[in-house]
Amino acid sequence: MRRKVLITMASLAAAMLVCACGKQENTTANASAAASDAQASAASASKGPMGVAFVYIGNPGDAGWTYAHEQGAKAVEAKFGDKVTVTRVENVPEGADSERVFRDLASKGNKLVFGTSFGYMDSMVKTAADFPDVTFEHATGFKSAPNLGTYDVRTYEGAHLAGVVGGHVTKSNVIGYVASVPIPEVIRNIDAFTIAAREVNPKVKVKVVWINSWFDPGKERQAAESLVGQGADVLMQNVDSAVVMQVAEEKKIHAFGWDSDMSKFGPNAHLASAAIDWSKYYLRTVDEVMKGTWKNAPVWGGIKEDEINLVALNDTAVPEAARKAVTARHDAIRDGKYDPFTGPIKGQDGKEIVPAGKTLNDDEKHQINWFVEGVEGSLPKP
Amino acid sequence: MNWINLLTPLAASAVIAAIPLMLAALGELVTEKSGVLNLGVEGTMLMGAIGAFAVTVQTGSLWLGVLAGIAAGVAMSAIFAWLTLSLMANQVATGLALTIFGIGLSAYIGRPYTDATIPLLADMPIPGLSSIPVLGPSIFSLNPLGYLSALLLVAIAWFLYRSRAGLVLRSIGEAPSVAHAIGYPVVRIRYLATLFGGAMSGLAGAYYSVGYLRLWQENLTAGRGWIALALVVFATWRPGRTALGAMLFGVVMALQFQAQAMGIRVPSQALASLPYLATIVVLVIISRNRQTIRLNAPASLGKPFFAGS
Repeated sequence: MRRKVLITMASLAAAMLVCACGKQENTTANASAAASDAQASAASASKGPMGVAFVYIGNPGDAGWTYAHEQGAKAVEAKFGDKVTVTRVENVPEGADSERVFRDLASKGNKLVFGTSFGYMDSMVKTAADFPDVTFEHATGFKSAPNLGTYDVRTYEGAHLAGVVGGHVTKSNVIGYVASVPIPEVIRNIDAFTIAAREVNPKVKVKVVWINSWFDPGKERQAAESLVGQGADVLMQNVDSAVVMQVAEEKKIHAFGWDSDMSKFGPNAHLASAAIDWSKYYLRTVDEVMKGTWKNAPVWGGIKEDEINLVALNDTAVPEAARKAVTARHDAIRDGKYDPFTGPIKGQDGKEIVPAGKTLNDDEKHQINWFVEGVEGSLPKP
Repeated sequence: MNWINLLTPLAASAVIAAIPLMLAALGELVTEKSGVLNLGVEGTMLMGAIGAFAVTVQTGSLWLGVLAGIAAGVAMSAIFAWLTLSLMANQVATGLALTIFGIGLSAYIGRPYTDATIPLLADMPIPGLSSIPVLGPSIFSLNPLGYLSALLLVAIAWFLYRSRAGLVLRSIGEAPSVAHAIGYPVVRIRYLATLFGGAMSGLAGAYYSVGYLRLWQENLTAGRGWIALALVVFATWRPGRTALGAMLFGVVMALQFQAQAMGIRVPSQALASLPYLATIVVLVIISRNRQTIRLNAPASLGKPFFAGS
């Protein structure tokens, strides 16, 4: 009997070990939560390279969200060299588990910790309170503290530029949108995309299908196929995998990439990708913390800051007119002359939501919970 | 829009989504019929998925990839069989460990492959049959792995209920001591059944990564191995019902996206929960008739066999 228990435990332990190696391969973070917080001040006081840590929800191999952040981490390494030691912890689940990771990173002497997923917010708030000497930065959050800043990218500006292209390219006037989870960020992207597409081509309808998950390639594929089945000849997405692009390539229609350049997954299908560039922000922030000039101010960079753009436009599939229109719209947004959320904007039911002449401010944009006219699909009502 | 235009994509999407569930569930069915409960299906599927994908990328051959996926599944179930059948480790705990192991190891092996692309496993429509409305595009224009899955379903059903070897396998699941007394090698047959189950889970994973999604991402199967395990119970250990159950899951999964794309105003979360509601409903219906479960669940399921006892 005892032998059985031993063997079972040994096999469990072996499995855990392999998981741990697989998931945190190139990090220096130790899984042990028992690291003493007393070491923190000692470690951080010593002169030497500044510790910068990145906490990822996935692994950077994805063409997508974590991949885009990893490009920023690499830029930091390339620019600051010996002056920084960069630590990455991958596949950190959201919620209470992440707190252990943040505490561990702070107690190991890192001076600057980036948390790159929305669900880390509360863990970071708690950890920041206990480590006043460490600067924390949380991507896409809204809670802050004296040593906890928030940063985000105006992904809706990238979606808006994609909409300009989509409106030009669609022949069936049906554009399919594979959407992840119904939160304001995603709804805002759908709205900004639709506004641009219908400005170019008022007949365009944007069909939205929610997969209610941040990650499930199987569902993404089914959603994309349903949209094609319903007549969509252009697919837009707010999910991370390249499945949507592959479906478009198989069905000989077109699609947009999201978060990073996805052209290799569908050389013919790919119209353009709305790609995020976090590196400028990361370089600036590391520099500020190093010089001691960092102040907590929420950051929401976009086209103006060169943090989002429509990249890798397909030479054959995107007509010259669309290319010109995208450049013009890009420059107008960059120069502050245009904002997609400027009235008059009508809601799904045709009633005016934003009156002419009014532009939504950032707070209002953060709370968008309505679809604009031209979107077909339902939003869960509270 | 007429009903054929609505049903055809729905059926096609449902069948394709159902195949990996059916393959994994059929494999587990054979394993369980011999009295072994292997909860490592999710981990085994993931290993099959990355094994198939990695070898396809390296060799450029989809079929070598599929073979590698099957081999990875066999290797995973060999570990399980050795621990539980030779060393008598607890089957439930070992199966759970195997899943955790498979999730971690597949993620580790898969690191270099997240950006890779592989060729499409082309559909092979059967001339004539593929032009039948609704059924044609959904079940007569599958890719070769899809047809292989249908053949495996028939073969497994025949083996279990029409062949002598199948009878022996089932008797070992019901009364291993009696089978042992008559002279059947209980442990050896359980080994074979477990390895076969692993091969099927590996094939299911290979179908998912190579035949369906054509990419690798960590945790690609996203819980489908657990659905396959539930399907075996759902089908009360019958191959035909397993296939039907998988199809039901496929339909409900496809329906939630079709309904949204058609603009039917149902909250998407409610649609997303439909497969699970359907499972519960069917389980409740089945459980009302206790004999159904008692007759079909192998009596020695999950119990270790000691030759001396």
